[in-house]
Formats: sequence, structure tokens, C-alpha cells
Amino acid sequence: MATPQTRSSGADVDMDKAVIAPGHTSATITAKVSEVVYSPISNTPKWIFGIWAIGFVLVMLLQVSIAKLLFEGTGIWGLNVPVAWGFAIINLVWWIGIGHAGTLISAILLLLNQQWRTSINRFAEAMTLFAVACAVMFPLLHTGRPWLAAYWLLPYPNTMGMWPNFRSPLIWDVFAISTYGTVSLLFWFTGLVPDLATMRDRAKNKTQKVLFGMLSLGWRGSARHWHNYEKAYLLLAGLSTPLVLSVHSVISFDFSVSQLPGWHATIFPPYFVAGAVFAGFAMVLLLTIPVRSAFHLEDYITSRHLQNMANLMLVTGMIVSYGYAMEFFFAFYSGNPFEIFAIAENRPAGPYKYQWMSLILCNFLAIQPLWFKRVRTSTTWLWIISFIVSIGMWLERFVIVVISLHRDFLPSSWDMYSGSKWDWGLYLGTIGFFLCLMFLFVRFVPMIAMFEMKLLIPEGKVEEEHDG
Amino acid sequence: MESRLSEPSEETTQMKESQTNRLPNAPSETSAPASAVNTLVDAQEHLAASKGPSYWRSLEDLAATPQFEEMVHREFPRQAAEWDGQVDRRKFLTLAGASLGLAGLTACSKQPGEKIIPYVRQPEELVPGKPLFFATSMPLDGYARGVLAESHMGRPTKLEGNPEHPASLGGTDLYAQASVLGLYDPDRSQVVTHLGKIATWSAFVDALAARRGTLEALGGEGLRILTGTTTSPTVIRLMAQLAEKMPQARWHQMDTTGHSNRRAGTEMALGVDAETHYDFTQADVVLALDSDFLNHGPGAVRYSKDFSSRRQVADPSVAEGMSRLYSVESAMNGLSTVADHRLALRPTEVAKMALAIASRLGAVDSPALGGFDEGDMAIWADEIAADLRQAGGRAVVVAGDQTSPELHAVAHAINAALGSVGTTVFYTEPVAAPVVGQEGSFAQLLADIASDQVETLLILGVNPVYAAAAGQDVPALLSKVKLRVHLGTHQDETSEHCHWHIPESHFLESWGDLRAFDGTVSICQPLIQPLYGGKSVIEVLGALLGLATTTAEDLVRETLQGAAPTGADFERLWRRSLHDGQVADSAATVLTGAVNGEAVATAAQSLASGPAADIQLSFRPDSRVFDGRFANNAWLQECPDTITKLTWDNALLMSPATAETLGFGDLVVGNDQRSDAPMARLTVGECSMEVPVWVVPGQADGSLVLPLGYGRRRAGGIGTGQGFDAGQVRPAESLWQVTDGVSVERLEGTYQLASTQDHHSMEDRHLVRAASLEAYRKDPEHAGAQHLHVDPSLSMMDGTDYPYDKHRWGMSIDLTSCTGCNACLVACQSENNIPVVGKDEVLNGREMHWIRIDRYFGGHSGQVEEIVNQPVPCMQCEQAPCEVVCPVAATVHSDEGLNDMVYNRCVGTRYCSNNCPYKVRRFNFFLYQDFETPSLQLGRNPDVTVRSRGVMEKCTYCVQRISSARITAKRENRKIREGEVVTACQGACPSDAIAFGDLNDAESQVAKRKASPLDYSLLVELGNRPRTTYLGRIRNTNPSLLQKLDPAGVSHQTDHSGGH
Repeated sequence: MATPQTRSSGADVDMDKAVIAPGHTSATITAKVSEVVYSPISNTPKWIFGIWAIGFVLVMLLQVSIAKLLFEGTGIWGLNVPVAWGFAIINLVWWIGIGHAGTLISAILLLLNQQWRTSINRFAEAMTLFAVACAVMFPLLHTGRPWLAAYWLLPYPNTMGMWPNFRSPLIWDVFAISTYGTVSLLFWFTGLVPDLATMRDRAKNKTQKVLFGMLSLGWRGSARHWHNYEKAYLLLAGLSTPLVLSVHSVISFDFSVSQLPGWHATIFPPYFVAGAVFAGFAMVLLLTIPVRSAFHLEDYITSRHLQNMANLMLVTGMIVSYGYAMEFFFAFYSGNPFEIFAIAENRPAGPYKYQWMSLILCNFLAIQPLWFKRVRTSTTWLWIISFIVSIGMWLERFVIVVISLHRDFLPSSWDMYSGSKWDWGLYLGTIGFFLCLMFLFVRFVPMIAMFEMKLLIPEGKVEEEHDG
Repeated sequence: MESRLSEPSEETTQMKESQTNRLPNAPSETSAPASAVNTLVDAQEHLAASKGPSYWRSLEDLAATPQFEEMVHREFPRQAAEWDGQVDRRKFLTLAGASLGLAGLTACSKQPGEKIIPYVRQPEELVPGKPLFFATSMPLDGYARGVLAESHMGRPTKLEGNPEHPASLGGTDLYAQASVLGLYDPDRSQVVTHLGKIATWSAFVDALAARRGTLEALGGEGLRILTGTTTSPTVIRLMAQLAEKMPQARWHQMDTTGHSNRRAGTEMALGVDAETHYDFTQADVVLALDSDFLNHGPGAVRYSKDFSSRRQVADPSVAEGMSRLYSVESAMNGLSTVADHRLALRPTEVAKMALAIASRLGAVDSPALGGFDEGDMAIWADEIAADLRQAGGRAVVVAGDQTSPELHAVAHAINAALGSVGTTVFYTEPVAAPVVGQEGSFAQLLADIASDQVETLLILGVNPVYAAAAGQDVPALLSKVKLRVHLGTHQDETSEHCHWHIPESHFLESWGDLRAFDGTVSICQPLIQPLYGGKSVIEVLGALLGLATTTAEDLVRETLQGAAPTGADFERLWRRSLHDGQVADSAATVLTGAVNGEAVATAAQSLASGPAADIQLSFRPDSRVFDGRFANNAWLQECPDTITKLTWDNALLMSPATAETLGFGDLVVGNDQRSDAPMARLTVGECSMEVPVWVVPGQADGSLVLPLGYGRRRAGGIGTGQGFDAGQVRPAESLWQVTDGVSVERLEGTYQLASTQDHHSMEDRHLVRAASLEAYRKDPEHAGAQHLHVDPSLSMMDGTDYPYDKHRWGMSIDLTSCTGCNACLVACQSENNIPVVGKDEVLNGREMHWIRIDRYFGGHSGQVEEIVNQPVPCMQCEQAPCEVVCPVAATVHSDEGLNDMVYNRCVGTRYCSNNCPYKVRRFNFFLYQDFETPSLQLGRNPDVTVRSRGVMEKCTYCVQRISSARITAKRENRKIREGEVVTACQGACPSDAIAFGDLNDAESQVAKRKASPLDYSLLVELGNRPRTTYLGRIRNTNPSLLQKLDPAGVSHQTDHSGGH
């Protein structure tokens, strides 16, 4: 197998604009990408084993946390009255938000014909899928009795004539999240089929052949197959596109539909969607940067990709910051003393003022360096900023959920909240679950869409295109 | 009730009869198909075709056709679908598998086998599912409180006030409400023990009989009996018999709550032993001197009723003559929260203020009172004295039980000077057993034991080892007594040191008699057989007297018979008294007492001259566990204190300024209180103890308060080890107040105190709306913040409601009357099977009380002027925010306007709680309810679902009571009448602060209250339209006092009450 010539002939190409390094052919792309999957275990970078180990330990922690919860109830968490929602809801919103970048990249950017999406879309979609898997755990576990949630939350005809209460945003969540999860899975898998067939064809042993053979659904690469594939993929992209906006809007209704000061705001849907994309790109960068370097994928995930994502992070981050400013404005504009107290007094100066200040630090101040190209092109800086933003977006949900709840209308019921060790156990457990899935994916599934990459090289193009 | 009960049983029998009547017909109906010739259709055709009447001798005759023969031989009638396909192997296995699977499915929820055995002979009036009510009396501190006990199938589950009993008038207190749990307390002592080994009652009776011979020979020398305060005529009679038989025997009484001071004070002032009681319906001006007469003392429930009858200002006629209450106090309590004027002073200063007022009224020739003849104190004294003088005989001065006898004497002198004896103050012959100097009585016993004069000691129903003061080494002394017998509800600190322990029966399982605060004799009748074979004081005394074979019932009957007028039909009197819960016209004779001026002058002198340090300490029976006797009652332990809102603990209470002086300044930050309280070493004379410090805004500076009743070493699973034992520092010579030699030193380390309300201020939110009576009279519509209404045109709703043409339930809570006594809270817990969560869970903010009492401190420029209570049950909103957000429709609106919870539909998303602005919803974060302990299962209300883990719950307006009334009304084909549904909180409230009823009935009390200009909705601006509304708080402030204290008029504006 020929070793791809990385950057050998591309010295004069501007890597800031290129979506793929020059000198690649169909063969080199296939070889490079499938190499990651087919290389012997001993070739797997050591640190991946490290991450798996950490992930495995955290998954064990997740299982213990879930078991403890199911046996004893939500009392093991830090919840109380008035703060009846805590980590579970924060984490749900956080994970769902993270997933959004994947859908945005694969669906909206596809429809907008943004070629730079190609090398990162599969990776981002996988991230979406795994983030949704983590997110889905929380609303189910949140009641402490998930078996009942399944029983009552899904509408089905029953002898009692009882339907769920369709006025409740939580029911909207059920549909929003399940639709989102299903479409994301289909979209991801559909996009994988041609590459799975490639993998099948390049299989080195029987197991791989059978496994990839089944998964590739009999793909032979005929014109009819390609025709059907393109249609299906486009349709799914069309389906996914409104979901990018709707899922987090619906999640935001959980808050904005209620009458709690700090939740009851019309800005929530766009503000949540922007926050979701913001968090999502932060997570994509957080994962892409080390993977890109570990598997030497700089030719496919170029500086341009990173810069574009950084730009999107900056834009959505500024939208989110605008949301923070608008919350203050709304509070004063409403003249509602409860709103003014909740937003303008209790958040910046209440008992959780440090959490609020950290939020502003993470989500507004920390992204300002992205205005500079030097920062955008530095993987170290990008990774650090993405990390800070991920924390910031978690804090944002903490601020919304906890700070609004802990001091509401009647001062007599005011109380404090802090997550218990089981809250943290469950949260870290899902992070471990996510990491495990993510790096299993990286190792065992072609993480870059090979056939799509091939469209980017000159020989794959019907007509020449210039990026500009 | 009784007539209602018998009806359903008649119905059921009728039904049964009609069913059995039908039976003989049945075979003929079912035999019709059999007589068909071939198939039904064929048979019909066959019969239709036959002309004229046809007769047959037998069925065989009719059916003697080949078709019929064939049909009989066929296994399935022709209509039945037959499976004539080939039974191949696959199909067979498919079906076998399916049936196996389906059979397995049906086995999924197999219920454990249960035997239901009906009564062979139904007891009279007992209908399963229908409660019966019996009048009885609850003893508290020896005095009777009349109650009606609700009995379900022979199990008492709930107590209500007895409307006919003078000490209740229908109200109760939290102790009565919690006593049901006391009955079923699994930690109660269950067997007689001798030297720690299980013994029997008869063994004890034999042992006592053996002893009796020797004792009688000695004339009872060496026999001592220690009881608590006793009013029981039977106990007194048996004691008299004992004194006759054994003249050398001595009876000691132990006062653990301080009312012997009241008695001593009366004796000091009048020269005779007399009982004092008050009539607050006649009192225009009341001065309370360190007193909480509304919540403490034998007449508290009655006094609350009477007092609030003059404060229900929604009624214009009451508003005209609203009474005024001044409270001069060193400790805060429920009374402080309803006082029109509060003056917080150190204990010695309270006495001096009393003297200053007394001298202004000419009641005593006051000695010089440094500081009380000038400045603000003089203004207070002048104004209060002037107000009292103006009211004259319609004024009353009440000194608290725990204040010194001297202060009581001065209060009597003031009352005499005002001429209020006979209108608001009454003296009667003593109600409690005539043992002089009760406080000394226990000390005398200890002295006698020390000098080896005691050989046999019966400790009946008290716990002297725990209740002893510092320095009284009761265990060591007890070891000198040869035979020690303890009768107690629990194996406690005292039973450890006694040879015999007899389980004491609960008042709900024993016969007895008691007298109320005014002397009315009340009968206690058992509702249930003693759960653990417990015995009462009467039975033990009976055994001592050799009357072990006479039942307690007979002993009580004999007492009553002895007191009954001769010639009366005793059986009739007995049944009447049993039914009413009291013996008619048995109140104590009223005495005319004249105050002995000289004695009062001496008392005044001693009050004025005693030591008075800057830091003084008071001990008070706790507002929940009392003197410690209720320490094992989880409902009371978890009940938040009226002022501190602490649960499960006591603490050293002090004002913010005192905290600052003593080095606890960091506790006073803003309006929040942290749960980790710093520990302090409290030293009184030689003794010291470690205790956490809790700051109480508004408490008198320099006055420390330490509630009693905590730090029990051996109380049971609930009470052991909770809180701190004040007995460690309580000097025997001064049980209630220490005016000198108190010091507090801050220690390292903190202690977690579980308070249910950490935030003190109302944050300028108009939650409790208040106005002065003056302002209210001037402009009822706009006094206070009553004008804060919301323009209905702002609503997006079209304003049309569901018509609610049946009933429209609503509640009104009068904030002027509420004393924060917690009776409603515990009543609700008892009625609605509300679990207890424990201290850790209260610290986590997960208490389950369906009704809570919010307490806010209000005042100006950091000075706490008033404390306001606001009971908050579910508001039952018309536009309930909880209903919209529940994904599973577990909380829905009923056609009578209730916001119902459907427990078995609730999955526990807790969204409803988040969206409830009142935060009245409670969530079972864990499995809080005890499903295991058998005795607790007995005490539950069978009409209310017992909630499990993961379920949201909240106030239902006692929907089970509404349903029960609805069933009765339906059967009588009428609507539910006013007063037919009484919620648990409403029924328990001793101050009638809660009204409940049908808003569709314009004549109902609640509808009338809602028509008052004082009526307002909590958080009206949210548009939830609560069904529970409040009557604004009206204070009858003294304008002249306010004017003089603050000529600039800053604090005049009590109108916009609420917080600072």
C-alpha cells in the first residue's frame, strides 16, 4: 500500500483555504482513512488506550450511579424544593446542545454546499449521535423511576382513555428528542454505507468482511445505488435541517413556558439554539484537534476547517452573549420586580455570583481572542478556548436552572443547591460513555467520509471549483 | 353520625336478599338453550312453525329428535367455531408457546394471598370505612384538653377538638394532634420489666402486695410517690385513701413546665391557694408579661379561641372593638407574632417594666427603678398604664408561667387595681392536686432520699433523671432507695435506674378523668385496648391500694359517683358525661380573692432589687417537644419552631446585637441564616454545656433563651440524642431564669441546625399585607397594600370560567389571628399520612409538610418590630401553573375547582413544583413513608393514599373529607351544607384563622371573608387566581405610643408592612 505523500507537493498551497491538501488521489484517501481502522491493534496510539481506560472507569461509575438511583430514588441527588431540577436537566440540555454542531455541519452546510464540511461531517455526526445517547439518559433517569416514564410519556391508546398532557413542554421534548435521535442515526448511517462497502472490499479477514458486509447493505456502487443514495441523503439533510432549530427551541420551552423569573423569557429559543451550536463546535474542536494530530489527518482536516469552526464559535458565542445582555434588558423593560431580582440582582450578586461570573468569563471573554487569526490557527489555543467554552455552556445551564429556581417568588422557600457526589457520578459517567463511544468510533469506523473526500480532489470533480 | 352509620348496612342486607331471591329463577333461564331442538335458530323456527300451544311431558319428549341426540353427543354446539384444520406439529407448538407466554403474562402481578373475614356479629354502629367519633380528654401537664377521637375500625387515627369542652371549644393544639403518633410509637415500652428482665403485671402486683403488708404496718413510712402535676379526681381520691391507710407516705409532684410559679404567685398575692384563669372575650387591653398564654398553659387553646374572637376584624362588629395586646417579653413565642406592640427586654427588665406600670396604676408603691422612669421606657410604661387604666375592668395583665411568683403577684395586684377581677380574671379553688410548693416538692424528695428516709419510690409518669436540674444527681440518689418502680410510656433515662418498669398506657387506651383549666371534670375513655398491656397511674395506685382487681373504669366511675349529687340517676350522668367528654357543671367554684398589699409590696421590692446582669438566661419548655416528653414524637420533632423554624434541635437563642457582643457577629449577615451554627460553651455558675448558637432577630438584647426538652439520652429511636440538654446548666434554685453569672464563650467547630426557613425578610414583596386598625377604619379599601390589585383587562384569558355549578371550594386565612402555633401543620400531617423525613432531609430542604407557616421579620432600620406568620397550604389556583406543565396529567382540575393530584399517574418530573410560585408541592425524593412498622400502619388515615417514592404530593383541601360529605349529601339528595366539610387545618386551628367552604354559597363563612376589603391573593400579579386567599394583617397599634416613641413618624407606616 502506498504511503500517502503528505504535504510533499503542496508547499505553495495556502492551507488556510484548502479543504484537502494537494497531492491526494482516491487511492491515498482510501488508504489513509481505512488504515486507521485496519491497522493492527499495536499501531493504535497509546493514548487512545488511556482514554478508553478513563472512559471505562467512568462507565462503571455511570452504572453504579444509575443502580444507586434506581434503588434509592432521586434523593441521592442534591435536589430539594425549590430546586427540583438540577444536574439531570443541566446535563440533558448540555448534551443535546453539543449534538447540534453535528447536525448543523452535516445538514445545513450540505444544503448550503459548503465543501469544507466534508472531512469533519462524519466525525461531527457521530458526536451528535453519542451526545444524544448521553442526553437521552437524563430525562429518563431524572424521575428516578424510568420504567414509569416509558409507560406514561408515550401516547398509546389505553383502556383508561388517558393521553399524555400535550400542553406540557416535557411531552414536546419526548417527540423532539426522539425524532432528533432517530433522524441523526439514519443520517449518519446512510452517509456511512458507501464507505462501509469500501471497508468490506478492503477487509483483511473474514470477520471484517462479514461485519462490514452486513453493514454495507449490499452496496455495489452502481449508478442506481449512487442515485438512490444521493436522493436519500439529501432528503435526510432536509429533514435534519429544521431539527437543528427545533430541538433546542423545544428544550428551551421547558423553561420559557413556565412562569419562573429567569425562565419566563421569549428570547429563549434562539438563544438556546445559538448556545447549542456554540457548545457543539466547541466539542467538535475539542475532539478533532487531538484526533487530527494523532492520526496525522492534517491533510484532510486542514487549518481552514479549524478556522471556520472557530469563526462559527465566535459568531454563536457573540449571539449567546447578546442573549445575556438582552436578559438584563428584558428584566428591566418588563418592570417586573421578580424578574429584575432574578436576573439583575440574584444572578450577578446572589449566593451563586461566582458561577455567574465564571459563565461570563467562559462564554463571553474567553472567545474574544478568536477575533485574531493567530489564535484561530493555533490548535493549542483553539483547544483551550473550546474547553473553556464547554465548561461555560454547562455553567450557563446551571445558571438558568439552579439560580432561577433557588430564589423565586416567596423568600420563605428560598434554599441552596449543590450537586451531590451521585450527581457528579452520573455526569462524569456520561462523559466516560461518550468518550468510549467516540474513540471506539474513531478506531473502528472510517471517521472521514472517504467517498466524499474523493469528490474534492481534482479528478473527482465534474467541473473545477475555486474556493473563495 | 350514628344514624348515618347504620344505613348502609341495611342496604347491603337488602341487596343480599334480593340476590338470593333471584337464584331460584336462574336454572329456568339457563335451561332454555338446552331445550332447543338443534340450534337456537332451529329451535325458534321449530317452535314458530308449530301451531297452537304445544305441550310436552318432559324435555326428552320434546327433544326426542335425532338432531337433538346428535347435538348432545357433539362436544361443541354448532355455534361454536370449530377448529377443523390439521393439528400439525408447528401449529401446536406455536399455540402451546403462545399460551405459555400469555399464561406467564398474567402471573406478572400476583398479589399476596389475603384472607378477608367478615364480622360474624357486626358490632353496633361499626361500619367498615366509616369512622366513629368519641369524646375523650387529653392530659397535658395534668390538665384536660377536650378532644374528639376519630376511630376507624377500632383504631384511633385522628383527634379533633371537642366543641363542647371548655378547654377546647373545637380547637386543639399540636400536642393533641401529634398524640396519635405517640400512641402508635413503635418505641413505646411494651413489657413490664423487673431488673431489666421481662416480667408480668401480675408479678408486679404480687411484689407490691408483699410490700404492702410491711408498708401498712409502718404506716407508709418510707413510701414516696412521685408524679407530675395531677388534676385527676380519681388519682386525688386514691391518694387520699392511701394517706388514710398509710399516713406517713408522701406524695411529691414534679413541675416541669413552670406553672407552679403561677400557683405560687397567686398564693403570694391572695394568701390562698387558688387557680387563676382569664376571659379574653371581655378583655379590651391585654398586657402579657413574658407570657405566651395563647400557646402555653392549661387554658391555651381556649384562650386562643377567646382572644381571636376579638381580633377577627373582617367582621365589622369585631373591628369596632378589636382588643389590643402588649407583649413585654424576654423570649419570643407565638404570642409575640400577634402582639400589637412588642417590647423586648431582659427578664429582670420585664419585671421592672411591670413594676413601672403597676406603680403608675397605683397597684404597688414602686421602689426606685433605674432607667424606667425616663426616656423610651417611661413612655412605654406611661402609655401602657394609660391604656390599661382607660380599659379599667376590661383590661387584663397576664404573667407567664415561667416568670417568678413575685411577678405573678404584681400582675395580680395590677389586675386588682384595674378592677378586672370578675370580668377578665377569675380565681377559683385549686384544680390541680393540692400539693404545696411543687417545685420544692421534688427537691424535698431528693433531700429525703439523701437522708435515707425513702425505702419505696413509685415514679409515675415522670422522668426525673432527665428533668433534674444541674447538680441534682438523681441516679446516685435513686440507688439509695430499696424499691424503685417506674411507670412510663418509654424505657427512658429513669427506668434504667428503677427495679420495676411498667409500660404506661396512652390516654387513648386507658380510662381516666382529668380537670380542665377551669376545673371542669372530663372523662377519658379508651378508644382501643392497650397495645402493649400498659397501665395507667390509676391502675398502679389501685394495685398499691390492693384494688388490683378493680378496673380503672370502675375506679373512675366510683369517683364520679362520689361527686355526683345524691339522688341523681348516676348511669344517666355517666353516659352523658362519657358522651360529652365532660361532666356538666363541674367547673371549679369561683373565689373572690383580695390582694394582700403587703405581700405584693415585698414581692415588688424583691423584683426591683435582685441581681440583673447584662446577659441573662431563660429556660422555656420547647414549643414542640415541650419538656422532653414528646421527644420521641417524630411529627413534633420535625415541626418547625414558631420563631426559629428549627426542627429536630434546640439552640441557644439570642438577638443579633447580643450575638455581636458575644463574638458571633459573623452570624448576622443580611437576612439569611446559615445552617452550620457555631458551638458555644454556655456557663451558668459552676456548670457549663456546649450548645449551638442561633440568632433570632427581634429577641431582647442580652436575653438568652434555651428551650428545654432536648438532649434526651434515652427517648427512643427518634428522640435519643437530638439537641442539647439544658438540664446540664439549669440551676435547681432558679429553674426558669438566671439573671446573673451567665457567660457564653465561642468554641471551635459548628453544628448543623435544620431550619425550614433560612431567609428572614420579605424583600419588599407584598406577601403579607398589613395595616394599622386606625388606617383600616379610615379607609378599609385602601389600607396597607390592599390596593395592589391587578387590572383584569391585562389578562389574555377571556374571563369566562368553567361554571362550577356544583361547589366551588375556597379557603381564607386570617393573618391577624394566626399565632403560628403549628396545630394545623401537625393536624395535616396526621390527617393526610404525611411522612417524616428526618433531620438530614430537612437540611437538604425536603420537608414534606403540606401546610407550612412562613415567618417574616418586619420593621424599620434594622429594628425588628413585628414577626408575621403566614400559613401557606396549596393555593388551589384557578389557573394553576402546575397543571399545564405536567406531562402525564397527574395534576388536574376538578369540577369543584380543586387542583387534584393523581398519585398513581405521577412519574415525578417535578416540573409542577418548579412552576408553582408558592412552592407548596412536596416530593418523595426517597421512600420516606414507613411501610414496614406494623404499629405505624395502624395509625394511618385509611381514607388517604399512602404515597411512595418518586411521587409529588401537596395539600388537597382534605379532598377525602369533601368526598365523604358529598356521599352523605348525595344520599340525602341535597348539596353539601356549610360547615359539613372542615379541613384538618381548619378544624385544628385554635384561633379560627382558617375558614373553608363553598364559594358558591354566599352565606358561607369563607364567602363572607372573601367579600371583605381585607381579602387578598398571594402573588395576585401572576394571575393564577388562587382559591386560598388571605385576610390582611391588622394591628391595633396605639397611635399615642407610636407618636411619642417616634415623633418624626418613621415607623408609623406599619401600613406597608412587610419586610425591610
